[in-house]
Amino acid sequence: MTDTPVKPRPRVGLFATCLMNAMRPSIGFASAKLLEDAGCHVSVPAAQTCCGQPGLNSGDEDGARALAKQLIEAFEDFDYVVGPSGSCMATIRHDYPGLFADMADWRKRAEALAAKSYELLSFLTDVMGVTEVDAEYHGTITYHDSCSGLRSLGVKGQPRQLLGSVKGLTIKEMEDTDVCCGFGGTFCVKYPEISEKMADDKLRNAAETGADTLLGGDLGCLLHLAGRLRRKGSPVRVYHTAEVLAGLADGPSLGEENR
Amino acid sequence: MSSRDTTLSAIRKALGRGPLDEAARSKLDARIATPPQHIRATVDDADLVARFTQRFESRAGTTERIHSLADVPTSVTALAERYGIAPSAVVGSALGELTWPEGWQIDHGAAGIEVMLGVSLAWRGIAETGSILMLSGPERPITHNFVPETHVVVLPVEHIVRHYEDCWVALRERGQGAPRAMNFISGPSRTGDVEQTIELGAHGPRRMHVLIVG
Amino acid sequence: MEFRSPEFKTRAVHALHDANLQKALSNTKAGFVVKRAQAAEAMPEFEALRDTAAEIKNHVLNNLDHYLEKYEAAVTAAGGHVHYATDAEDARRIILGICKKAGARRITKGKSMVSEEMGLNEALIADGYEVVETDLGEYIIQLADEPPSHIIAPAIHKTKDQVADLFAAAHHKPRKTDRAELVAEAREVLREKYFTAEVGITGGNFLVAETGSSVIVTNEGNGDLTQTLAKVHIVTSGIERVIPTLDDLSVFLRILARSATGQETESYTTFSTGPRREGDVDGPEEYHVVLLDNGRSKMLGSRFQDMLRCIRCGACMNHCPVYGSIGGHAYGWVYPGPMGSVLTPLIKGMDGTYDLPNACTLNGRCKSVCPVRIPLPDLLREIRHNQFRKDMTPKRQKQALKLWRYVAERPKLYHFAERIGVRILASMAGGKGKLRSLPFDPGWTGARDLPAPTGRTFLELWQAKRGDQ
Repeated sequence: MTDTPVKPRPRVGLFATCLMNAMRPSIGFASAKLLEDAGCHVSVPAAQTCCGQPGLNSGDEDGARALAKQLIEAFEDFDYVVGPSGSCMATIRHDYPGLFADMADWRKRAEALAAKSYELLSFLTDVMGVTEVDAEYHGTITYHDSCSGLRSLGVKGQPRQLLGSVKGLTIKEMEDTDVCCGFGGTFCVKYPEISEKMADDKLRNAAETGADTLLGGDLGCLLHLAGRLRRKGSPVRVYHTAEVLAGLADGPSLGEENR
Repeated sequence: MSSRDTTLSAIRKALGRGPLDEAARSKLDARIATPPQHIRATVDDADLVARFTQRFESRAGTTERIHSLADVPTSVTALAERYGIAPSAVVGSALGELTWPEGWQIDHGAAGIEVMLGVSLAWRGIAETGSILMLSGPERPITHNFVPETHVVVLPVEHIVRHYEDCWVALRERGQGAPRAMNFISGPSRTGDVEQTIELGAHGPRRMHVLIVG
Repeated sequence: MEFRSPEFKTRAVHALHDANLQKALSNTKAGFVVKRAQAAEAMPEFEALRDTAAEIKNHVLNNLDHYLEKYEAAVTAAGGHVHYATDAEDARRIILGICKKAGARRITKGKSMVSEEMGLNEALIADGYEVVETDLGEYIIQLADEPPSHIIAPAIHKTKDQVADLFAAAHHKPRKTDRAELVAEAREVLREKYFTAEVGITGGNFLVAETGSSVIVTNEGNGDLTQTLAKVHIVTSGIERVIPTLDDLSVFLRILARSATGQETESYTTFSTGPRREGDVDGPEEYHVVLLDNGRSKMLGSRFQDMLRCIRCGACMNHCPVYGSIGGHAYGWVYPGPMGSVLTPLIKGMDGTYDLPNACTLNGRCKSVCPVRIPLPDLLREIRHNQFRKDMTPKRQKQALKLWRYVAERPKLYHFAERIGVRILASMAGGKGKLRSLPFDPGWTGARDLPAPTGRTFLELWQAKRGDQ
């Protein structure tokens, strides 16, 4: 829980991560629903684009800084910035201030934004005090802890707590749930063979639980894992956790044919 | 410039300064003279002997309680018989004059390649980890600890301390600096180098037995 | 030691198809990861000890010149000799000199990664010495004529059957397959070597300024036999390994074994302070310490100073899923895994090491277990920044980043481009929900399909529903 009391109807800027915006709009709607159900006022600023993580992780610090400035400007007037991705939100929370080490004014703004930026599920539980959701999902799921959310933002118990309240849903934990799936941004295309091996290790652990559904909180990992599952012809369905929690997992899962 | 000077000035340059001034140096020297005490592992056991024994035995070492130093030969003889070891041993003279049964060959010198049994006096036992501390010296040859296949260590009960740090206090009180060699030994020699599976007796003793005296 | 980091990509792919290696690597989890977690769990003070250890190292690094001088003075007072070596060549020259003066023929060695860094074995062998690695893992890979693939378990990539073959060929004895028998056979063979070597070379995990002691931590006892039975003992260590006092050392003793192997303590923690003393009946007659800089002083005061806290426990590689997939040899030099991917470019230079910091998903598991809290992912990313500034990032990637930045800095263009992109991808997928191949595929569809987008972006759908809020 945060120390400062939460306003009755906080204004939340929803960060539509580049992958979500393009590849999986339903995660955005699921996020908005969960936030509104929790009593937030949700806006999606049109001036937002990318958080700058690709540049930051690939060496282009200047590019990352330019995009960070743009995001700060687009979101700093909100009470909170929330996004359905541990990795993008970790960039904002942990890396933004460091990008402006030599620019006092921007550093201050970056720090202020970082302090009110949250990954979706940790925001719902830790800030808004949500303990359960009103949703139904009939299936057995296993949950993959995406690395940035887990290790940079401490997202671990929150998704499990909320999933526990979904009617009809059973959680089966896999071995090594906290081990990287091999996505790693550009890693997965630069070192595809290693990435494939890591995906297969992850998917083997997931399969051993007998779960019919794999969930996670970062779309990058999910596209990578769903893509590998589809290639191997596996029937296991892949959704973003928010889709299940919002009751929006009734459409085709990632990579699944239109039903 | 010597490699020494090159290295030291490279360090100073990288740290953006010249040699430390007198005040800074004496502050660092004071830190060595009176070492700061750091967090330790909690060892709240009332019975340090029990803790020592339990920890030491957790790593495949064995222990035995005896009454006095005079009992050492009897225990060693029994051990030798149990494992079929010939009645011959290197024994540190720090253990003093012990009366060995008829037929035993005792040598106080360095352990040669053929030696199968060593008997040494521990300087301290550490309850925290169940380790013994050996110091080298003319009466405590270091080869006794590593060459024989079976190592018997004699540990007076009053020398069992709680933490590593208690050894440092005692060592500083002893006042001769560090001995040439000093060994914490925590059990038989082991290796996990073949498929990460532990095997005992890699190079050092395969068997380690501590006789706790008192 | 050969420098093969430039071949990272091909060696990594090769490793993925090496069935023996994959079998060996699969043991790592039970052997190291689970045990470390249990050891950390069992010790309530563990996290605080990590903080303290990092603080002590930081204190030392900021005063490294002084502590080295203190250490040197204490070694000298105990009758030993301290030699500084600016680089690997300097170190080889010093050690060859000592061996020559000692009239050595046979040299035993305890495990020392610094000596690998020096390329010491090759130099000694070229000068006609017989060099015998005595750590069982090092001995195995010496027989196989391979470099170590892990800093604390050098032969982790070898299966028991491979060890059996190597021993049968080298020892001219019937092939053993029982693990205990293999260990016993090596014990027998190496015992003879300890007693006949003139020089014993070990590493130094810690150098204690207070007493002038070098400290090694081992399980086998090979280091002890190596340094006790030879006439001359040479310690090889990095300049950053000095710590002020025995009390500071205690902190590291509590975290090293737990982090490395999950043990509460290893079997042997051995302190050496100078040569044999008056009246001693054993121990070396000469004691030398060779302190290697080799790029370390340059890391001081830089954004990479934190790396010098490293105590070489191997926890980062044990927990690295990339290391766990490809093993240590793919990294191509002494230090593999996360710590190696930072150290190798810093020591060997940026040329030929491009892949090391890039072949990392920045998942942060290494940082979460590092006993001295080195922010390894941050340092790896920092090296990527240096590569970018030095124009070493591949052209295609640099162009892609440039284009991405150009578009992402213009929200209207960005959203327009995304709208076009998702429509194209959706129509290509044609209701199948996935794409098996992509035009201009950067490497995605070799092993996986691309789950297809639905054809509209979130922002356009949102704006259609809710307006421009």
